[in-house]
Amino acid sequence: MAPLVPSQEELQRRRIIGINAETVTNIPSTDFPGHWPGESHGWALDEFKNKFQVEFHRNERFEASFSLIGLDAAVANAFRRILMAEIPTIAIEDCFIHNNTSVIQDEVLASRLGLIPLKGSIEGINWMHWFKKASEDGSEEEDGPCDFNTIVLHLDVECYKNEYADKDEQDPRKLYTNAHVYAKDLMYMPVGRQEQYFVGDGAIAPVNPDILIAKLRPGQKIEMELHCQKGIGADHAKFSPVATASYRLLPDIKIERPIIGDDAKKFAKCFPKGVIGLEPVTSEEAAQPGSGYEGHAGEQKAVVKDAFNDTVSRECLRHEEFQGKVKLGRVRDHFIFNVESTGQFESDMLFLEAIKVMKLKCNRWKRGLTDLMG
Amino acid sequence: MPESVHSQDMDQSMVDAEQAVEPQSNDPILEERQIVVLPGATETAASFQFEGEGHTMGNALRYAIMKNPAVEFCGYTIPHPSDPKMNVRIQTNDTTTALEALEKGFDDLMDLCDVVTEKFTAARDQFNAESGNRMEA
Repeated sequence: MAPLVPSQEELQRRRIIGINAETVTNIPSTDFPGHWPGESHGWALDEFKNKFQVEFHRNERFEASFSLIGLDAAVANAFRRILMAEIPTIAIEDCFIHNNTSVIQDEVLASRLGLIPLKGSIEGINWMHWFKKASEDGSEEEDGPCDFNTIVLHLDVECYKNEYADKDEQDPRKLYTNAHVYAKDLMYMPVGRQEQYFVGDGAIAPVNPDILIAKLRPGQKIEMELHCQKGIGADHAKFSPVATASYRLLPDIKIERPIIGDDAKKFAKCFPKGVIGLEPVTSEEAAQPGSGYEGHAGEQKAVVKDAFNDTVSRECLRHEEFQGKVKLGRVRDHFIFNVESTGQFESDMLFLEAIKVMKLKCNRWKRGLTDLMG
Repeated sequence: MPESVHSQDMDQSMVDAEQAVEPQSNDPILEERQIVVLPGATETAASFQFEGEGHTMGNALRYAIMKNPAVEFCGYTIPHPSDPKMNVRIQTNDTTTALEALEKGFDDLMDLCDVVTEKFTAARDQFNAESGNRMEA
C-alpha cells in the first residue's frame, strides 16, 4: 500500500507553532514514522535535498545572518551548540609572570589576557595540535611546549616619564610613555615551523589592538611570557569563536477577519515598523458579501507586509478589538540564524566549520561502533 | 705542557634536547572514546553510553534514529549533569538491530551535513555575487 500523502494545507498547518496570549500550541515535531497513520516520514535524503533551503540576509566579515529552512530543531540546535562550544581556536592559556609591579594583580592580569581574542592564519590553526595536559591522577604526563602546540607571546612594557611633556600636561598618556598597556603591545615570537604558517597577515595578533590590558605609572613594569594553546569553548569561554550564535523561528501572522479603519492603525502600532501595512479596501472586496468588507470600500485595512521583523511581542492579543481576528505563530522549520564572530574566523566560515565538526563527531563515533560489531 | 686534569674522553659534546614526537592524528575533538553497551541489551533493544557527549549529539542523533521506520523507540538522556555521559536507548522491530539503527543514524546525519554544506555554500556564493560589494578588511 502506498503511503498516504497529506494535503498541502495539512502540511502547512503542521509547520506552524501556535502562539496564544499565555500559551503555545502544536509544539513538538511530528514528522516521524508511525506518528501519522498511513504516512511515511522515514528519512529520505532526496526528499531532504529538495526541501532544504538556505537564504542569506547578511554576510559581513564578522557577522552573518541566514535562514535554514526545512531542518529539525534537534539538528539546528546541534549546529548552534557546536558554534559556541566545539570549534577549536587559539587563546592565551599559560602566563609566566617574570615581573609585575603594576597595580593589577597577577591573577587578574592573567585572566584578562586569556580573554583577548587572537587571530592568525586558519591554515596554521588547523595544523596546530592540542596541548595535552597532565591527568589529575598523574597517569599521563604533560606534553612539553612545542612549535605544534604552543604559540609564544611576550609582553614587556615599562612606564617612564616623558621628558618632553608640557609642564601643565594633565593627560597621563602624554605625561608618561606606556601609561596604558594595550593588546597591540603583545609581541608574537614564532618558533620552529610556525614561521611557515603564521607569516604576514597570518601572524598571530590580537583581533582588536586597542583592548586596554593595564595602566602603569613611572617605575612600574610588566614582563611576561604568554603561552597560547588550542582549545574549545566547552572548556573555557575564551576559546569560543563566536560572540553570539543564536537562532529564532520565523514569525507568522495571520489576519483571519478584517481589521479596518482606526483599528487597523492601532493594530499596526502593536508591531515593529514595517511588519503590518495599511492598504485601501478595494471595491471588489467591498462588493463580496460575507467578506466583512461590505460598505468599507476605500477605507484602510491592515495587511501583513513582512512578518520576518516581528518580535512576537503578543501585544495585539491584549486588545479587546482584535480578539479572534488575528492568529500568531512561528514556522517550526524556519531557523533564522545570527552568527557573530570574535574575529578568528569569518562568520560564514564558522558555520561551515560547525558542520564539519558535526560530521567529524559522527564519523568518530561510527568508527567506535565497529569495535562493538566485532 | 701539563696535561689537563679533565680528560678529553670524559668531555661530552652538547646534544639537542629530545625532539618531541608530533602526534599523528589531528582530530579536532580530543581523544578516542568508547561506546559502552549497557547491561540488559538484546539484539533489538539496547542502551548505548557515550562518554563526553551531551545534548549536541544526543538530540541530533535521537532525531536521525527516530526517522528510521524500523525503530520503535529512541530516546536519549544525560543521567547526571556533572557526569559527562550520554545514554541513547534504541528499540527496533525484528527487521533490524539496535546497533544497525545506531549506525544508520550516524550515516544519515553525515549525509544531512553534506547537503547542508552544499546548499549553504551555494546560497552564500550567490548572495555574495548579488551583493557584489562585500565588505573587505
